[in-house]
Amino acid sequence: MREQIEGSQAVARAVALCRPQVVCAYPITPQTHIVEALGARVKEGSLAPCQFINVESEFAAMSVSIGASAGGSRAYTATASQGLLFMAEAVYNASGLGLPIVMTVANRAIGAPINIWNDHSDSMALRDAGWVQLFAADNQSAVDLHIQAFRLAEELSVPVMVCVDGFSLTHAVEGIDVPDQESVDSFLPPFVPRQRLDPDEPVTIGAMVGPEAFTEVRYLAHARMRRALDLMPVIAAEFAAAVGRGGGGLVEPYRLEGADLVVVAQGSVIGTLCDAIDELRDEGISVGALAVTVYRPFPVDAVRAALAGARRVVVIDRALATGEGGFLAADVRRAAPAGTPLHGVIAGLGGRPVTRASLRRCLEEASRGLLGELAWLDLDTTLIEKELAGLPGGTDVHAGPHAG
Amino acid sequence: MPTAPVKFYQVGSFAAGNRLIDPSLRTVQSELTRSNSLTSGHRACQGCGEALGARYVLDAAMRASGGRLVVVNATGCLEVFSTPYPETSWQVAWLHSLFGNAPAAASGVAAALRSQGRTDIRVLAQGGDGGTVDIGLGALSGMFERNDDVLYVCYDNEAYMNTGVQRSGATPPAARTATTETVGPEPGNVFGQGKNLPRIAMAHGIPYVATATVSEVHDLENKVETAMGIHGARYLHVLVPCPLGWAAPTNQTVHLARLAKETGIFPVLEARDGEVTAVSAIRHQVPVEEYLKLQGRYRHLFRPEPRTEVIARIQAAADANIARYGLVSDDATEPPAGGAP
Repeated sequence: MREQIEGSQAVARAVALCRPQVVCAYPITPQTHIVEALGARVKEGSLAPCQFINVESEFAAMSVSIGASAGGSRAYTATASQGLLFMAEAVYNASGLGLPIVMTVANRAIGAPINIWNDHSDSMALRDAGWVQLFAADNQSAVDLHIQAFRLAEELSVPVMVCVDGFSLTHAVEGIDVPDQESVDSFLPPFVPRQRLDPDEPVTIGAMVGPEAFTEVRYLAHARMRRALDLMPVIAAEFAAAVGRGGGGLVEPYRLEGADLVVVAQGSVIGTLCDAIDELRDEGISVGALAVTVYRPFPVDAVRAALAGARRVVVIDRALATGEGGFLAADVRRAAPAGTPLHGVIAGLGGRPVTRASLRRCLEEASRGLLGELAWLDLDTTLIEKELAGLPGGTDVHAGPHAG
Repeated sequence: MPTAPVKFYQVGSFAAGNRLIDPSLRTVQSELTRSNSLTSGHRACQGCGEALGARYVLDAAMRASGGRLVVVNATGCLEVFSTPYPETSWQVAWLHSLFGNAPAAASGVAAALRSQGRTDIRVLAQGGDGGTVDIGLGALSGMFERNDDVLYVCYDNEAYMNTGVQRSGATPPAARTATTETVGPEPGNVFGQGKNLPRIAMAHGIPYVATATVSEVHDLENKVETAMGIHGARYLHVLVPCPLGWAAPTNQTVHLARLAKETGIFPVLEARDGEVTAVSAIRHQVPVEEYLKLQGRYRHLFRPEPRTEVIARIQAAADANIARYGLVSDDATEPPAGGAP
């Protein structure tokens, strides 16, 4: 049944439907509404026997999740931005130990300068930490992906990060269909850990591994991750059968038929992008979009297939590899047919709105071959001209705090 | 056939005494039924105080829990020397996650067990002084504050020994480490405020805090048993001399631990709900010099010429401990039954 609810509340309900056994929480904007809602459910008793742990840092949030998962319980936490970086060591540890933790990242910029608004810098910083990364395009997909995330994580013994745009999704009220408990139960069986800490069958988890086997440990983790590319479409299909609605999979095409120009993106910008594409199509520009849902492992084959007919590719990144360009653009370049012109567009950093008008302008330029290899959407050049002039090679160079 | 009476040359000392006391009071370690939680074959250095302490602590905890124990280990010597893949010395369910998160990971295990209704299984976390008083302090404080059902044991050898003897927040004043070298006008570690974790733990008001050393193993085992009889957050701080880091002979580990207690440098005590409830009295008080001169990390206090003012400052700190805890006063309480002299 579709209801008008806030994204965070919908995600909390989806997680609750998955019957987590341990939820730990540390507040950070814009993730906080999710764990608040879960905390209330545990406190009122509706999620029993789930344990809700208020921890003292994100590092502890992931560490408690690690202990809980190794102890054989289904563990969940949520974070964002600085919090994800603060727990980075434990994020790697969770995947190294093969613990199927599910975590929401309410995507937010990383400081300095401190900024609480949405972009993908946080998830991108940890894109290669051994976690599956799923990106939600809207709050319906956020709900659906969380439920599928537990299934995927537990089948592979790999942790899964569900990336949901901060504010633009977490705080947005949308019409969302949250499945019923019966459907979720039929889709997601109780957690049976591959191994767990048990005095009856004592195992050593987290041993030191030297050069003689470390490569092999990593190889196996790699092989498990790659399995996600085969498994995710199967899980998405089973989910669709259980709840009577689609959602999930590796990538989501939009009006790709006959598209000369294909725009690749992920996250909440997809909605605006589809609107812009509709308008451009009406004007006779043959353009389509490809939403990347599974970002890690990167679905190279699916993206390559989707780009097969493209004459030109634009990739929108909501994060910047400083000094380099876009993260997604680099991955798509690997998948794009050789020789296809590819334009990376850096957009919507630190919460700057990515408007339909700006996207249209950008894509019109691209369709006319006028876009550079790396473009910046709505860059306000008046703010930077003076500083640029002061850079080495500029006209007015000083050292020290008053440089430029 | 004539028989000669058996002579126990060590009567009244600390080693053979175990055979002379009532069987019910003997150490867990002396029993054939001990669990050997940390079994032989590991790669600890000769004379390692931490390996000794961990054996006593874990086997006592295993007995107290009826074998229903899960152990979480911080990164450090104890983790490294016990688990070089594909071998392990652990005969208990054991998890190592990271250096600074053992208390939080243990909280997670305890939460998992609660969520599964497996209330018979107990959780013990352990780490060295670096993992406890420095990098893991935030997680430990959080575990204390939430009163999670975890016994945390710190094996304190007073520096980062695993990485090659660098200073930690538990390194005592004047001690040489690789990052507090014996050079300059004030060689060795600074005289700071120190980071007294038993007192920090007591300030959290948790139900049980105790200190012990590897010289008084009855006392150590008794404290583990006491701690295991209580639910909630508990903290046990065990002084474990390190021959490598202290530059001491490997046969002096137990002796040094005893001197640390008998000088007053390391007060041995118990606290309930934030208040000290018992202290182990000093039996034969010795000047700190007797403790310091056995250790190469304090060599610069004696050669080329004695630095008497530095030794006097260390003595003053020991005297302050004695005064604060009443370690030599008449009303100092004796250690619990079966405790070492």
